[in-house]
Amino acid sequence: MKQTQTQTQHRPKRYGMAIDVDKCTGCGSCMVACFSENNVPFKQDETDKLLSITWLRVYKISNNEKFPNTEVAFIPRPCQHCAGQHEGHSPCVSVCPATATDYSVETGIVSQIYTRCFGCRYCMAACPYHARYFNWWDPVWPAGMEKSLSPNVSPRMRGVVEKCSFCFHRYQQARDKAYAEGRREIREEEYQTACTQACPAGAIVFGDLNNPEHLVHQIVKPDIEHHYRSHNPRAFRLLERLGTNTKVYYLSSRDWVRKSGDNYLPGEPVGLQGKADTHG
Amino acid sequence: MKLSRRCFLAFSIGGAAGTALSPLPWKLTDDLSIWSQNWPWTPVPPDGEYAYINTTCTLCPGHCGIRVRKVDERAVKIEGQESSGMNPGGICLLGLSGLQLLYGPTRIQAPLKRVGERGENRWQTISWEEAIEEVAGRLNDLRSKGQPQAVAALASEDTGTVPQLMKRLLTAVGSPNFYRMPSMEDSQAAVLALTQGEEGFVGMDVEQADFVLSFGSALLEGYGASPRMMQAVNRLRADGGKLAQIDSRLSNTAAKSDIWLAPKPGTEADVALSIAHVLITRNRYDHGFVSQWAEGFEAFSAMVAEKYAPEKIADRTGLATDQIISTAIAFADAKHPLAVYGKGKGQQPGSLKEALAVNALNALAGSINRPGGIQAMAGYDYIQWPALQPDDVAAAGLQTPRLDQKGDVVYPNPGYKVHRMIEAVGAGSADLQALLVAESNPCYSLPGADKVRTAFSKIPFVVSFSSFMDETAMQSDLILPNPIYLERYEDVPVKAGTTRRRVGLCRPVVAPLHNTQHVGDTIIQIAHAMEGSVAAAFPWTDYATCLKETLSDAWETLLEKGHWEVPETTHAAGADGFKTASGKFVLMNETIGAIYLADAPLPAGDESEYPLQLVAYDTIRLSSQYVGSSPFMLKILSDTTLKGQAGFVELNPETAAKLNLKEGASATITTPAGSADVRVHLDEGIRPGIVAMARGLGHTAYDGFLAGKGVNVNQLIAPVEDPASGLDAAWGSWAKLAKG
Repeated sequence: MKQTQTQTQHRPKRYGMAIDVDKCTGCGSCMVACFSENNVPFKQDETDKLLSITWLRVYKISNNEKFPNTEVAFIPRPCQHCAGQHEGHSPCVSVCPATATDYSVETGIVSQIYTRCFGCRYCMAACPYHARYFNWWDPVWPAGMEKSLSPNVSPRMRGVVEKCSFCFHRYQQARDKAYAEGRREIREEEYQTACTQACPAGAIVFGDLNNPEHLVHQIVKPDIEHHYRSHNPRAFRLLERLGTNTKVYYLSSRDWVRKSGDNYLPGEPVGLQGKADTHG
Repeated sequence: MKLSRRCFLAFSIGGAAGTALSPLPWKLTDDLSIWSQNWPWTPVPPDGEYAYINTTCTLCPGHCGIRVRKVDERAVKIEGQESSGMNPGGICLLGLSGLQLLYGPTRIQAPLKRVGERGENRWQTISWEEAIEEVAGRLNDLRSKGQPQAVAALASEDTGTVPQLMKRLLTAVGSPNFYRMPSMEDSQAAVLALTQGEEGFVGMDVEQADFVLSFGSALLEGYGASPRMMQAVNRLRADGGKLAQIDSRLSNTAAKSDIWLAPKPGTEADVALSIAHVLITRNRYDHGFVSQWAEGFEAFSAMVAEKYAPEKIADRTGLATDQIISTAIAFADAKHPLAVYGKGKGQQPGSLKEALAVNALNALAGSINRPGGIQAMAGYDYIQWPALQPDDVAAAGLQTPRLDQKGDVVYPNPGYKVHRMIEAVGAGSADLQALLVAESNPCYSLPGADKVRTAFSKIPFVVSFSSFMDETAMQSDLILPNPIYLERYEDVPVKAGTTRRRVGLCRPVVAPLHNTQHVGDTIIQIAHAMEGSVAAAFPWTDYATCLKETLSDAWETLLEKGHWEVPETTHAAGADGFKTASGKFVLMNETIGAIYLADAPLPAGDESEYPLQLVAYDTIRLSSQYVGSSPFMLKILSDTTLKGQAGFVELNPETAAKLNLKEGASATITTPAGSADVRVHLDEGIRPGIVAMARGLGHTAYDGFLAGKGVNVNQLIAPVEDPASGLDAAWGSWAKLAKG
């Protein structure tokens, strides 16, 4: 990623997401929006979820109480775009021998470059979120259906890993448009991921975590000095205590939901307990 | 030169080490992967000029505004329209999958005539002229034999120009047998007529309510326009309002609710009336509304006092007394409470008694025709065509009773009792010679799917206007394919729960891909090819002219904005009073009293033989009506709903333990209507004693993405006639489950 373009700015961008779990209805529209935006392939049998490529996947979690005290919630899981303890030390980026996945200091987005990937799948092993998927087969679109493929995202081929890119092509388009119009900055609404745009419940908010004018910043209230941990008492990140420093925040008022975001010992209070500064 | 063993080893090992240390193997691996990644069958989507086209989604009755991204002549993405008002941004997954339907392999590409047996899927392509001639000839024959009433039509909607053209064709031919697929609209219309004397549809102002009490309505799973409903419910909860869900299963809507009550299926009317009991006995009803505007309050109070005290119905409903009382009090505490009926996505009419009972709660709370309440919406009346002049044959045919009019009911409302028509035809007691089916798939989506197929086998001539090779198209003799909504013009009046009268326009995003013809044009051409007065009833050269003339001044607005807000005609209620005889809202009178007295509709079967209750549930991840689920929808279906080809039933672990069934076990479910092999998923979020099954699987038609997966729950559930209305009110079926 070229650095020259950002040098006039005060702080680089840091795109992130806040997903309100209390609002999410588990409909899965975000997943379909993602498939259709990013040319994600589909097979006749997708019921083996280990082989089903879903850049964004909605998990259903339960409080495991007996009827009628059962509660469930839905956790949409895109790539978490980890920054790690030192900017750019994502688990996957650190292990890629081919530099096929890289951390953009300009946007905070973890990229995936298909033509560099030779399919060793170290990154999949390293990712704590199962956010990466391997193409075991070449994708096949039934005759005629390739017409609906978008030219903005290249279809992937057998033997490469793919994952959520925060719809990076949309960022590129918004940036190009801004430059063409003589602007240096892109507006908040100009760059939104497909899932954010589609969510019928309005549960996803996307934007620049470093920009106080962006809604996502106002919701998350990130503590920039402390690995962007949130000041919002409703917010949590998945497996936050691993120190992955992710850019996807979840919001819930329910204790058990927040607790499900990490591994806790019985009776251990929910929260970071000052552990975010350590290397987990 | 002699090659010693030592020398050989040194040479080989040295060579191997040298190669490994050189860049060669890595370079070769890299080249190999680049080569294999460039195999030519990975498509490279061509780039081109980008454009966005605004249109209306017709895949469900919500009719959201959508915009379609195009690259040259290809449509590549569907997005929600932010400014459409109906869906303030956002779009559901079915709407998002529209392009898979457009470009999918199950589209019918030309008019087809059956050559094999019914259902054998052997067809001959014919020309449009031949197809039109064939239909016109058949209809002419029936008319010349004096049997015009032996023609019936079945459509998915009854408003808008296309269903009305279909109805007009039937009327001109001389048949009263136009049907719409059953839905909660039938019950809603009956409730509106009985209580407010109004013809029209029911609007639900969820946007301004602060307490929503939903009797099994899947508000967050496809009820009404999903984006609108989801955002309204989230707004409600963000503002401190509450959602109470009455559902025997922890559906996604129940999961998001603040209060979840799980009564036994089929006892919802009792729950509603006992809530009414609490409101009345604790003096928590809206005295202003009741004293000024309600008719029959005393009789109503007497009835609930006698029969519906919470402690009296606790056993029957399986709810605790204090659950009912606290829910009733929460309802009464709210400023703008709203009670909603129509189970699941509202695709079944349900029990009229239940609908009336729920609506009575709105009346007791004063939530009738006021913000945050139930609104009586005037029907759409923009279709003003010249009156028909039926000739003698047609006039005689129109005098005959409709095929669904046999049998007595308390309230013979004008709803569409499709199951009766099917039953009469199947039993041979009705003479149906020709059936026209548009935008609906009765062979799949009506309860008692097997009976429907039997009925179809007795109809000598079935014409399908389907765009897809669905179950009904497979059972037809002639298919006259309609272009899909992304390829055609059509007006789509919105009725699903909205409080705004609004007509959307669907317009061609791409040129028709196949040799299809708009069903409006096909109807006009059939009429023009017929004898007698039929042709004269269609004074338009084609559908486009008809549409433009019908909408007249509104057409320009539609073209420009993509939708048209229909001006409000005067509302009922308020100072003018209601349109009933007394000018009041009827809480109770003779007819309504008789409906409350009528027995609850009970499915066939014996509890001793079938100890479980099977309920079908709607999920937003599956489509169960005319349009089949897309490959993307199947892709995100949970592996506890479908695994491989096997469909699942959901069961409480307690029930499963009694039956000795473990998670994932194979089992056979049997109901009086049929039986099927399923697998078992254990879930704490379901009432013990209940088996739940998703609607929308078990297709036999379509392609490998959809066909043969899971079980069609409609083959396990027989229609149950509501003694009050004659509509289908099946909540499910008695069932048993055995290891299999």
